[in-house]
Amino acid sequence: MSGHPSTYEPKYAATKWLDHRLPIIRMGADFMTFPSPRNLNYWYTFGGILTLCLVSQIITGIILAMHYVPHVDLAFESVQRIRRDVPFGWLLQPMHAVGASMFFFAVYVHMFRGLYYGSYKAPREVLWIIGCLIYLVMMATGFLGYTLPWGQMSFWGATVITGFFGAVPVVGESLQQWLLGGYAVDNATLNRFFALHYLLPFVIAGLVGVHVWALHHVGQNNPIGITPKTKKDTLSFHPYYTVKDAFAVVVFLLIFAFFLFYQPDALGHADNYIEADALKTPPHIVPEWYFLPFYAILRAVPDKLAGILLMFGAIAVLFVLPWLDTSKVRSMRFRPVAKWFFWIFLFFCFILGWCGAETPDNIAIPFGTDAEGHARGLNFTWLSRIGTAYYFAYFLLILPILGLIEKPKDRPESITHAVLGDHSHGAVAAAE
Amino acid sequence: MSETQTADAHGETIDEGKRDFIYIATGAAAAAGAASLGWPLVAQMGKAADTLAAGSIEINLANVAEGQQLKMLWRGVPVFVRHRTAKEIAEAEKVNVDSLPDPETDDARLVAKPDGKVDPRFLVMVGVCTHFGCIPVGEAGDFDGWYCPCHGSHYDTSGRIRKGPAPKNMVIPDYTYISDTVIKVG
Repeated sequence: MSGHPSTYEPKYAATKWLDHRLPIIRMGADFMTFPSPRNLNYWYTFGGILTLCLVSQIITGIILAMHYVPHVDLAFESVQRIRRDVPFGWLLQPMHAVGASMFFFAVYVHMFRGLYYGSYKAPREVLWIIGCLIYLVMMATGFLGYTLPWGQMSFWGATVITGFFGAVPVVGESLQQWLLGGYAVDNATLNRFFALHYLLPFVIAGLVGVHVWALHHVGQNNPIGITPKTKKDTLSFHPYYTVKDAFAVVVFLLIFAFFLFYQPDALGHADNYIEADALKTPPHIVPEWYFLPFYAILRAVPDKLAGILLMFGAIAVLFVLPWLDTSKVRSMRFRPVAKWFFWIFLFFCFILGWCGAETPDNIAIPFGTDAEGHARGLNFTWLSRIGTAYYFAYFLLILPILGLIEKPKDRPESITHAVLGDHSHGAVAAAE
Repeated sequence: MSETQTADAHGETIDEGKRDFIYIATGAAAAAGAASLGWPLVAQMGKAADTLAAGSIEINLANVAEGQQLKMLWRGVPVFVRHRTAKEIAEAEKVNVDSLPDPETDDARLVAKPDGKVDPRFLVMVGVCTHFGCIPVGEAGDFDGWYCPCHGSHYDTSGRIRKGPAPKNMVIPDYTYISDTVIKVG
């Protein structure tokens, strides 16, 4: 997979024999010695953290599948049984549910890191697009999995999301009923969602393989966005970054453990402890926190089809980002203006998340009261419209135009220069 | 039929046109085969025979008192049978139809009895919001009809969309009066 010259020398007769037939040890050894930029910071540890998340979700998921019953009459009960009666089910079921949230938390950090350091720019466009694909499949997997416990939020979430397909002109209703396998969300739906929820993580694993392949072909980006030029600019992946990743994993697991052991339901909804009821919609339907910004974009426009197109457009725009950002400078460290637009973008992503969690007609920012004593101000619909406008403006206007007019700061000659300082000023002596 | 005849190293005559025809014919046969195998894989996800068979219910309107709403499960979705009050009927009828997002008169949303007349007291509709399929709450909203809690759509006493993101009026299912007071839905 890796593009650097192999330094592996088989020592034993058996390993030599194997190396001639299947150089699998060589592949692993080359992977571990992959030359990585010497200036990677902790934001670059999230790739490793995400790998751990995927492995953890697959292991706990396979275990849950051994106890779960995908039938409308039994699904809710079987999940409760896992939590109450199955040995260590109290641990494994929340590990999977909280794990989904942790997975999305890590993927968002990973994506914003890529946005900040320009990791989508040439020659990493394909690497970025595969990442976007992984994110898309993750969203589908997360949605399908949330349906399985068959609580009220599971059922109505599935109804609303599959309703998106009903908005497609002409064939919408047929398409929706084809996806559901009936007139409404029912047993056929639950069965196929279970089958697909089991399948998609392996699709993700395959895509991760291609993602890492692309990464090792073009090499990692780094916080200053300058390509390594000499051997001095890089370090072997092991032990330097295995240790750094391991430390980050420990910190990440502490956060994971806090939610798992002290707040297992903080990231979910109480309504999902009520069994699905096709005759009663909960008064306030909201998706899981990691979908909230997109939900806000969906509700920002009064038209059903337009809302769906905008929501999918918010993800689609990520795929073409490498061609929208016209700046040749990768890292925002050297883009004094773009940097601020980036932080405003991050801010609006949180604002959109807030809007997604609230009732559209409620007041977000009060400006006092009217004559009748009702609160006046900016409601969540309008706040999400502002957020949506900025979200799209950032990708479609700001990045394309700014790249042409912004004057970037001077960049260091090389990674080594940036790390050790400029020798002419005698600030830091080279350690080598 | 072909003019592109060439000779190979052994002096045998090769008819390129004939070869092209064979390639295309083989490819077309393979594509047809793949499509005919692919179709069952796609079609299996549609509605099964038992799902289609469980498609109709009978409702006795005499059991619904004035001002009351009956909710029946039909094809996995609720059907509302609302016995409307005189005030609600009057409200539904006086609306200027042209001003509605999805223009429909109240009478057009009722099904005639065997004698050819409609009974405006009984409104029968699929109780599903046309936005994203949530179930609206009765006797609520700005128009005294239904209000959908999910994304804030308001329906009037005829189940017509008046305000909010839903694009259409609530759907009137296919139903017929099989006697003076009993209807068959589906």
